[in-house]
Amino acid sequence: MTAQTTDVLVIGSGFGGAIPAYYLAAAGARVTVLERGPRAAAADFAHSMRLGTYNKIVDVVQGDGVSVVAGNCVGGGSVVYFAASLRAPSFVFERHGGLGRRLWPAALTRAALDPWYDRVEEALPVTRTDWSDVSYAGGVLAAACRRAGHTCNPVPVAVDTGTCTNCNWMLSGCRFDAKRSLLLNYLPAAEAHGAEIRPLHEVQTVTPSPLPGSRYAVGYTVLDPDDYSCTAQAGVIHAKVVVLAAGAVGTPVILQRSALLLGGVPAAVGRYFSGNGDRVSVADVVEDKARSLLGLSHPDGSAYEGLPVGRPITAASYDHLDPAAPEYSRFTLQQIYFPPLTNLLPQAAGSPAWFGVEKRNMRARWRSWLTLLAMTEDDNEGTFGTVPLTGGFTRLAPGLGLGTMTYRPTSRTRGAWGRADTALREILEKDGLSRVRPWSENVADTVTAHPLGSARIGDDPATSALTDSHELRGHSGLFVTDGAAVPTSLTVNPSLTIAALAERAVATIATRAADAGVVLRRDIPLPGR
Amino acid sequence: MTGSDRRTILKALVATLAGLSVGGLDASAASASAASASAASAASESWTTQTLGAFADTLIPGERRSPGDMVIAGAVTGPGAVQAGVVTLLHSPELPVAPLLPAIAALLDARAVAYAALRLIWLSPSRPPFVGLSFADRTALVGGLFDPDDLDRPIWQVMSLLVGLAFDTAGQQDTVEALAQGHPGLTWLRFPEPDADGLWRFPDFSYGRPLAALHPNTTASGSPA
Repeated sequence: MTAQTTDVLVIGSGFGGAIPAYYLAAAGARVTVLERGPRAAAADFAHSMRLGTYNKIVDVVQGDGVSVVAGNCVGGGSVVYFAASLRAPSFVFERHGGLGRRLWPAALTRAALDPWYDRVEEALPVTRTDWSDVSYAGGVLAAACRRAGHTCNPVPVAVDTGTCTNCNWMLSGCRFDAKRSLLLNYLPAAEAHGAEIRPLHEVQTVTPSPLPGSRYAVGYTVLDPDDYSCTAQAGVIHAKVVVLAAGAVGTPVILQRSALLLGGVPAAVGRYFSGNGDRVSVADVVEDKARSLLGLSHPDGSAYEGLPVGRPITAASYDHLDPAAPEYSRFTLQQIYFPPLTNLLPQAAGSPAWFGVEKRNMRARWRSWLTLLAMTEDDNEGTFGTVPLTGGFTRLAPGLGLGTMTYRPTSRTRGAWGRADTALREILEKDGLSRVRPWSENVADTVTAHPLGSARIGDDPATSALTDSHELRGHSGLFVTDGAAVPTSLTVNPSLTIAALAERAVATIATRAADAGVVLRRDIPLPGR
Repeated sequence: MTGSDRRTILKALVATLAGLSVGGLDASAASASAASASAASAASESWTTQTLGAFADTLIPGERRSPGDMVIAGAVTGPGAVQAGVVTLLHSPELPVAPLLPAIAALLDARAVAYAALRLIWLSPSRPPFVGLSFADRTALVGGLFDPDDLDRPIWQVMSLLVGLAFDTAGQQDTVEALAQGHPGLTWLRFPEPDADGLWRFPDFSYGRPLAALHPNTTASGSPA
């Protein structure tokens, strides 16, 4: 049997994978994309919380001290995310974190990344929203901000607001193709140029290839579509260049499993994991106060009662993003909707806080909950432990797994959360508008939908796994372009930054492919242009 | 004594109690007949359901289904996790947890035995130890299961998540169908109704007016500077 070969092998089809896949395919390279999850499209995305629907495309990976929500389908996180598309503030690139020196590569500043942000915003495209796009929930946050002397902004989103029905089922994938996921831009453009996307292909190892003309051999298993814990077959593809973009909880595990065969990987692989400083709270809004203090009401006569209505993220306050403020004191406060599957986590007043009679009473006011996400500055304190037998984690059930991450928030991270909690309370508890309750850490510890940093770029080989062009140190032609590469928490939703970094990394990936003899065209336009 | 030794002994103790409760074990337990073994198995299955029902009722309480209902503590009126179909969800073909339920229930009953022994609480051998505890004791015990240094904490975290899925999401059935049937949990949340085609749309979703000043350093695309 002839060995399978390709020029560029991309592992993962989220932002980090789809973008290089498009440019390399459009430039003329043979591109193969291996995606662990299934392929689904608008018609497959159910407005249902029945087990067997959303949990086939979303994974909750439970580690020690942290739980991560991650996409598991063609298109990766872009299919199940909430599409908030924000550029990281300038100060983020200057962060020193716990190391006491600049963490990002010297080549990267906000100004240096802006042209790449521009490209992504145009390619997806991103919509700058207005107040008429802000949901009732976002409106309560905005009005509360104004009353407390703060500003608040409609959040730009990768959504066609003209076709969006404000159904609030974004975690299940967009039934109406209003969300501009990668299924609608980079991926179809890559396929139009001949890229092959193989769903249900779970990469296990990346090793040196014995094949002349190939540099790496990528070992994979094919998963049963009905039971991802069953393997149907296995195979190997040989490639000249490999782009690893399996997500910040998948990428480091593949590298750790491959370490011996690769002759070692940098010490920073599987270290410096960040949850983006995510901190979720629920404000239990008093309807009468929303009316009397904020002057809010809508057509059905209620003042708020709008938690389940509209897009999940519509408004945020940038007031705590002061570049002059000390590190660990800066954060975005954002309104966000979590589907009821997380209802277990908010704490009620009284004891016990997260379960029992009081919590059930609080559930009766569910429509008046206002869920909030603070994205703070954490300490990259997460690490990855013993490698599981296969895949990135041990599957317990469809959509649920046991990961190998350990996350013990440092006092600096806890301080950052505390400052965000205080700021939220000052805004949302003013004059009894609501009662703010952080999510309980009893059930799920820290929860993040924004895993980052587990194989990060940097200038210092001791504390970064990748060069500033995303190449794994000591392994020419092996790149990491997903959230794992992002060196620090961002204080905003990371998707746009991951995408912009992937856009920026394409030039070096193309250079390596050309070095390996792949003939490439230059000046590739944005997808669909 | 290591944690696993402790758990093994406690589970054995509970299994013995379960056997005693149906007459499946006597002084010469080794000679137990196949019939009594199957009786014990059936009883242990119902004990499993009772114990896990009581666990779910501790997390999301409901009212008793009948005056003699011992599984539900009756701490509230109205629906709780049991009424919302938690037992059905735990046995869902979508979850591989069903074969593990007897062991998980035994683990919880073992904890109940230990809890009761330390506090000199008498437990009737006629029902699962956890079911024999008062609502206040069930609550205290369950709270302790989530101590950061508790060895079994991940088990209870997953079980709690599943209890939540039954009540808060009707995860055992399609959402449109669950709403049409008046699912107690979704009804309790006042989960909104879909359109006639079974899809959700919210034409009224926004106050539609400026509600705050924008940050002065907002960029052209709406991001922070």
